[in-house]
Amino acid sequence: MTLIQAVFVLFAILTLGAGLFTVLSRHLFHAVLYLILSLVGVAGLFVLLEAEFLAGVQVLIYIGAISILIIFAVMLTRGMARNPGPPLNNQSLAAAVIAGLFFVLLAPVIAGFPWPQATQGVPADAIEALGRSLVDPNQFALPFELASVMILAALIGAIFIAREKR
Amino acid sequence: MAQIYDFIYNLFPYLGAWLRGLLQSWGLPEDAILLIIGLIKAFLLANFGLIGFAILTYVERKIVARFQDRLGPNVAGPYGILQPVADGIKLLTKEDTMPAGADRWVYNLAPLIIATCALAPLVVIPFGPGAVGADLNIGVLYALAVGAGALVGVLMAGWGSNNKYALLGAFRAVAQLISYEIPAVFSVVVVVMVAGTMSTVGIVLAQDVPYLFVLPLAALVFLISGVAEVGRTPFDLLEAESEIVAGFHIEYSGMKFALVFLGEFIHALVVSALFAVLFLGGWRGPWLPPYLWTLIKMSVGIFLFFWLRATLPRIRIDQMLNLNWKFLTPLMILNLIGVALVDKGLRAAGATGGLWAAGMFAFNMAMLIGALGIPGYLGHRARMAAMASASGEEPEALEAVGAH
Repeated sequence: MTLIQAVFVLFAILTLGAGLFTVLSRHLFHAVLYLILSLVGVAGLFVLLEAEFLAGVQVLIYIGAISILIIFAVMLTRGMARNPGPPLNNQSLAAAVIAGLFFVLLAPVIAGFPWPQATQGVPADAIEALGRSLVDPNQFALPFELASVMILAALIGAIFIAREKR
Repeated sequence: MAQIYDFIYNLFPYLGAWLRGLLQSWGLPEDAILLIIGLIKAFLLANFGLIGFAILTYVERKIVARFQDRLGPNVAGPYGILQPVADGIKLLTKEDTMPAGADRWVYNLAPLIIATCALAPLVVIPFGPGAVGADLNIGVLYALAVGAGALVGVLMAGWGSNNKYALLGAFRAVAQLISYEIPAVFSVVVVVMVAGTMSTVGIVLAQDVPYLFVLPLAALVFLISGVAEVGRTPFDLLEAESEIVAGFHIEYSGMKFALVFLGEFIHALVVSALFAVLFLGGWRGPWLPPYLWTLIKMSVGIFLFFWLRATLPRIRIDQMLNLNWKFLTPLMILNLIGVALVDKGLRAAGATGGLWAAGMFAFNMAMLIGALGIPGYLGHRARMAAMASASGEEPEALEAVGAH
């Protein structure tokens, strides 16, 4: 096992383990902290794939902004500190069986799929190429602009809902 | 003589080359050499942060004392320069308390996260050609992203302390830090756009004219939002002593308090280092060696912070939010669009070097004067009309002028 593989396994365990604790944690606040840890693991995987830009954006947006919003939402949830209740209910066994069956179904497909392999390393100007492709009409300009329109619509909607009634 | 000057001038590249040669002569593989040099760099940078923190606590107290016509610390050692040592020993011997009902892990981890996230951006600060922790091609993005991680630490501290004031302070801190991240990121984006790279080294190399004189508006907004992100006066309402005692770190004592405090000071250090890199031309300057220029330019930013703290009163939370969302953010969006257009126009017209810089400077100053003048005029008119004392725009204009 090379060093890269060892680091990959480390980050994979971090991501999955923290994800598991996210759903099993009895305390909502702790669940969010585990979620953040899981997202850190994903950022580490991006770094390992030499996608530094994605890693930076992952940390800035998911950890710096979205998880903070989740924490706010959790903290403002009424009575979250009292009686968290068990994280599992009586359907947990059935859910586990179905999830296990789903995994059995999915695993051979994933293992058997001929994944394309990168033949060369990441070019030095990858970020420039990414930026250009986002504004190139032949590549991703339309999806990019559509995403901005969607976010703008969400912004206006949020302002409309939050506005004080006159 | 010239050789000695050359050695002092290029101290870090020479040291690095010497170390690499030494390790190679020991017959170590290339990976091991990279690892050892990386560890040494990390050690040096972390200690730069820690020593900087010790010096800054002393310098801040001295400077603020001067502003207030006091002497400041003057007992421990000559001119009180051993004060940080005395403080450190005092903090080490304090009892390590934990409030009843605190969330144990969260409470203990929070100072670590705050201090780590504050130290991490130092990696991309270049101290000279060849003297940088790591020249990432996402340099500034990395610095912003890792800095944002401190938010999680602040919230953990506020929540884990099981204290109303701590939680209120954490809420305030996060509201303020998240808000001011936006104009800060916009001003960084303007710089990145003009420089054509996100690497901190690349940005320094692109500054034949320091961007302070090319993009003064972005520089000003970065400085204001930097002060706000560091949470210093006039934006220190996240730890307003008279309202919420000390904010999110109220329950911390001893070395844990020192870690939180260290995080704040190093954050200030990092913001002024980023200001030096983005707008003051980083290590570039005549005569003096590059690392000295970096330190001098960092000190300028730090001194501005101390100066503001000694001069301005604390603003209210609504003023803080209004200034950001109604003034700085729209201004920076317009500035981003304007700079892109003017940059393209000037380059299309064939302007390069000084002419290009002058054109950009003129556009930015016009925008700055317009941005300060129009709300100022409107506010003045509203005041005259209503004869009321406070209108929404007045503190904004005052703030901006004060920070300038």
